[in-house]
Amino acid sequence: MEKNFDKVCAILDKHERESHKLIPILQEIQEAYSYLPADVMLFVARELGVSPASVYGVATFYAHFTLEEKGKYVIKVCDGTACHVKKSEGILKALYEALGLSQDKLTSDDRLFTLETVACLGACGLAPVVVVNDKVYGNMTPEKTKELIAEIRKEESANA
Amino acid sequence: MKTITIDNTVYQIENDKNLLEAIRSAGIDLPTFCYNPELSVYGACRMCMVEVEGRGLVPACSTAVSDGMVVKTNTRQIRNMRKMIVELMLAHHDQNCTTCPKSGNCKLQKLAHDLGVSKVRFKQLECDKTIDTSSASVVRDSSKCILCGDCVRVCREVQGIGVLEFSRRGSDAKVIAGLNQPMAKTDCVNCGQCIKACPVGALYPKSQADSVWEAIYDEEKTVVVQMAPAVRVALGENFGFKPGQLQIGQMVAALRMMGFDYVYDTSFAADLTVIEEGNEFIQRFTKGERMPQFTSCCPAWVKYCEQFYPDMIPNLSSCKSPQQMFGSLCKDHLTKNLGIPREKLVVVSIMPCTAKKFEAARPELSVDGNPDVDFVITTQELAQMIQERGIDYANIKPASFDMPFGFKTGAAVIFGTTGGVSEAVLRYAAYALNGGVIPEVKELREADGIRTVEVPLGDIKLRLAVVSGLANTKALIEKIRSGEEQYDLIEVMACCGGCVNGGGQPITEEKGAVAARAKGLYEDDASLQFKSAEENPYLKEMYENGLTHELAHELLHTTYTDRSGMGLE
Repeated sequence: MEKNFDKVCAILDKHERESHKLIPILQEIQEAYSYLPADVMLFVARELGVSPASVYGVATFYAHFTLEEKGKYVIKVCDGTACHVKKSEGILKALYEALGLSQDKLTSDDRLFTLETVACLGACGLAPVVVVNDKVYGNMTPEKTKELIAEIRKEESANA
Repeated sequence: MKTITIDNTVYQIENDKNLLEAIRSAGIDLPTFCYNPELSVYGACRMCMVEVEGRGLVPACSTAVSDGMVVKTNTRQIRNMRKMIVELMLAHHDQNCTTCPKSGNCKLQKLAHDLGVSKVRFKQLECDKTIDTSSASVVRDSSKCILCGDCVRVCREVQGIGVLEFSRRGSDAKVIAGLNQPMAKTDCVNCGQCIKACPVGALYPKSQADSVWEAIYDEEKTVVVQMAPAVRVALGENFGFKPGQLQIGQMVAALRMMGFDYVYDTSFAADLTVIEEGNEFIQRFTKGERMPQFTSCCPAWVKYCEQFYPDMIPNLSSCKSPQQMFGSLCKDHLTKNLGIPREKLVVVSIMPCTAKKFEAARPELSVDGNPDVDFVITTQELAQMIQERGIDYANIKPASFDMPFGFKTGAAVIFGTTGGVSEAVLRYAAYALNGGVIPEVKELREADGIRTVEVPLGDIKLRLAVVSGLANTKALIEKIRSGEEQYDLIEVMACCGGCVNGGGQPITEEKGAVAARAKGLYEDDASLQFKSAEENPYLKEMYENGLTHELAHELLHTTYTDRSGMGLE
């Protein structure tokens, strides 16, 4: 974990370290870190003069915030009505298998992948839909999804 | 003056904060879980729903009284609703009443009984079974929590700390401490006010009663007990006495029957504190060093200062609290006088306070790993132990304290209430600086959270501030830091009203109970032959025979730790 809080300080300063701006501050921190690390929340609480518990309360109240570090690739499998009917469940199962994940374990050990299900992405015409980071893949099948994962892995090991 | 109709009877209402208070002052005991007159209105439990003509159902706690209001509090719909709320709470509660430490004093248990809830129609939900025993002082059992939020609000509003908070929402909502951490890792100062606010068994003092029984049964150990001033005016509430009613003799007798070898009074050490702290004050005041001086007898305040105002640590008196002075004195003197090794002498204290448990466990207050005070039990735990032992408390023959550590002056017993320490130090300062003429300062006996007063003492003027409640303390310190206010001596008690309202005291909803307990202490003061600490003959003898300046410094003074970085390392 990063021990100097330069990034956080810049965000705090931008918001004049005002406690009523806690939510935008947390949003920007999440953008910078991809999640809200515990020591950063503690630092924010101390700097804003609010209790750590109230920062935690806000961070867990809104579904937007996440307290767990996510993988480099966040995979969203749509399980809305249209995608569900078009067998999104099989895709999800394939992903659990390919990534060694389960309902209780959403991020792979190598911190490369995080798997999420979403209710509807509003792209029902392309159902079933999988989104990797911000890229949308339509008309997916379990096979195509596995290929996609293999491709990402190949790319990653080539870059490593 | 407003006229309102409650259940077909017309009432004239004056100055009631809200409809709930108005209905209660009309003699109707409207049930609530989350309403606490000392805290902000939360309106979560919905038990106080009433029907107001023209408006339908409203929560009485968060409804203002208006002229001509027509209110019904007991319609069929309301009765059914109340029962259902209790049933829903029970469906999300572990319902193990018989083994719950709060049994007999639990609002959920009482209201379920009072409202005739004979069965729960809903499926039992899985509840969070986490019991957090990490803190030396407070245990948190999530399976009992009904989410009334009283603990959250008391910590935030009265103490200004906010250790507890709601996390998540809807059916996932739960109360957490800090960043969902064990209590011991948070900013909790162990004051126990959350315990007093909790209507159920979700928060209670961490008991050491079993360890005390073990020590008593251990034939090899000499077990000494000390009792704090505020205990004597509250313990009886568990046995049918009124708040403030003194039964010192019964208490001592009960402690003897339980098997303690020597029964002493923490007040003896409070006299010692007055002299040590008074001398320190006079010295610092004369030299103008590290002023203002803050009192250091309240362990919740001391931890608060270490955490949030480390720059003020030099201003804290270096004196140990009476509990700890008693412990180190006992372990020094009694081991010598009785010829027993330190490990064979067990010092137990009975305190109105949960933070005293944390204090006793401070490493700096021990010698080679052996603590000066071995175990701390609260007034509540003592009541429990008396019951366990099967003592008919109300009818036992009174006994008296053992000497010399059972002797005290009036100055010592008033330590248990806000303003008492200041008054005691003032009496001593009057002796030291003013030829014994004690000025009468009525402000010291008032109940406001912050009181400030200038006292003329011979040629000088002392500027005193007396504060209780940590939110009040914070406000005062901010004024001192900004230079807006200046004082010489500041007495801080973390609990509003002082130790008589401590987190380990019996839980009561009786109005005026805290004031009655304080009054009891002033009555005890009035009945004692000596009023000022230096008059204590046993103390005089001790200072003359052996308690040198060096030894006093070693035994009776302590150091503090900057805890401001806690959690960020």
